[in-house]
Amino acid sequence: MTSPASPSQIGRAVRAGFSILAVIGGFILLWETYKLAWGALDWSWPVRPDNRTMPHSWDVVVALFQPAQRRGPILLLVELRAALFTLWEAFVGFLMGGAVGFGLGVLFVRSQTAERAFMPYVVGSQTVPILAIAPMVVVWGGRVDLPQWFIVSIIAAYLTFFPVAINTLRGLRSPQRTALELMTSYAASPREALWKLRVPSALPYIFTALKVSAAASVIGAIVGELPAGFRGGLGRDLLQFSQQFTAAPEKMFAAVIVAGLAGITFVGAVTLVEHRVVVAARRQSGEIGRAAA
Amino acid sequence: MTLVVEARSVSKTFGRAGEAVSALAGIDLEMSQGDFISLIGPSGCGKSTLLRLIADLAKPTGGELSVNGKTPERARTDRDYGMVFQSATLLDWRTVTKNVELPLEIMDVGGSERARRAEEMLKLVQLGQFADHFPWQLSGGMQQRVAIARALAFSPALLLMDEPFGALDEMTRELMQQEVLRLWGETGTSVVFVTHSIPEAVFLSTRVLVMTPRPGTISHEIAIDLPSRRDNETRKNPRYFELITEVRDALRSHD
Repeated sequence: MTSPASPSQIGRAVRAGFSILAVIGGFILLWETYKLAWGALDWSWPVRPDNRTMPHSWDVVVALFQPAQRRGPILLLVELRAALFTLWEAFVGFLMGGAVGFGLGVLFVRSQTAERAFMPYVVGSQTVPILAIAPMVVVWGGRVDLPQWFIVSIIAAYLTFFPVAINTLRGLRSPQRTALELMTSYAASPREALWKLRVPSALPYIFTALKVSAAASVIGAIVGELPAGFRGGLGRDLLQFSQQFTAAPEKMFAAVIVAGLAGITFVGAVTLVEHRVVVAARRQSGEIGRAAA
Repeated sequence: MTLVVEARSVSKTFGRAGEAVSALAGIDLEMSQGDFISLIGPSGCGKSTLLRLIADLAKPTGGELSVNGKTPERARTDRDYGMVFQSATLLDWRTVTKNVELPLEIMDVGGSERARRAEEMLKLVQLGQFADHFPWQLSGGMQQRVAIARALAFSPALLLMDEPFGALDEMTRELMQQEVLRLWGETGTSVVFVTHSIPEAVFLSTRVLVMTPRPGTISHEIAIDLPSRRDNETRKNPRYFELITEVRDALRSHD
């Protein structure tokens, strides 16, 4: 089933690549047409088409390939390195948050009392803005000498665990009543019912949450870098470029594009794992079709 | 020889006192090894409830019930019975083989022995060539055959079937009935079969128990004295039609 890429898989990948390029091309076309048309008509609503507000797409590309600082490496390399750093923080936070979220889901499905006791706080935690949480974590983490990147990971984990917890719980409760009774008829222990029935049933739900969490963990990591101005990641660069926005807007756009790519890469990686692990995902994508039965 | 199922004035009430609904009352039943008993009756007559009591998926409110000479709970934890539901209830992420192996995994049967048993069972239900398919790649009838293979994989003394063919079309249904009779003959398991199809009950059973609702009781017990070898000829046998009429009259005598 996991044989090397078949012609149909290569074809699918090529088509996917083309559609991505087409969307990017279409977006650039819209962007430049807007600038041209609004400029010619002298309109300024909703966005002024001047080069300070909306730099030319090629200027953004050029900015990516110019040194970020005099005699330094080009901006693209600087930002890619920063993105890797931030992705690492996000990934560690994603793992921690995912584990906590999964644990909470399992705890809640095992014990209604625990669900009633803790669920309000789990939900409540998400109404507190990350911008309020981040400085507290930075201060507390600094007191116990945690490495800076790990403090950022904790902040990323804070954004990650909630969707995983909610979806895990939902997924663990998804098996039909008869499937649970089947396990009872085998005199299966709760642990066996959990690992052989509930968790596999929950996997499609969990992966949906993990994709949301992957994107959220990147945001969490970027925001987490801000309050103490931690160096090395995308957060500080984005902050710096936003301050220089009126002078060099294309740098900001370039950094935003790299940050977006980082998020897409992470979500894409989770999707790849999902395809390996979840049969239903392979079924949906048509990788395993209906057999001649 | 111990009875496979023995019930003495078993009753089941749902809900609390005051607003209690009586689902079963005064159920007496004796079932010997090798019996094929069908429970038939209109919806709500408690036939599925009785099956669930035998399976220890629900507890009786009164009376005495034993399975293989033990309490139903003990029989369940001893894995004395296999269960087949109306929906095949196969696990979508497991191949056909892995679905059949599921109860064996839970019963800590070793890997090679599991594979051997699964292969044997799939051959028995004539699905050997579909071993590596996923359940959703099979037709409804084939899925139900996998469910039966799974229920028989650990050689239980008793097979409990809750309207197993209710969702199948008539043609598939008749083929499956033939299949179940063949398996019953080859494995020597006793079967309790819940259905609301009169011809199905008559064709399959050694005894048909007719149930009436509110509260659920066994009103008639009809021994099926058809030849033990049953096939399409049986369906043309005048005695078959007489027995169908007898069951139908029994069902109607309460309207």
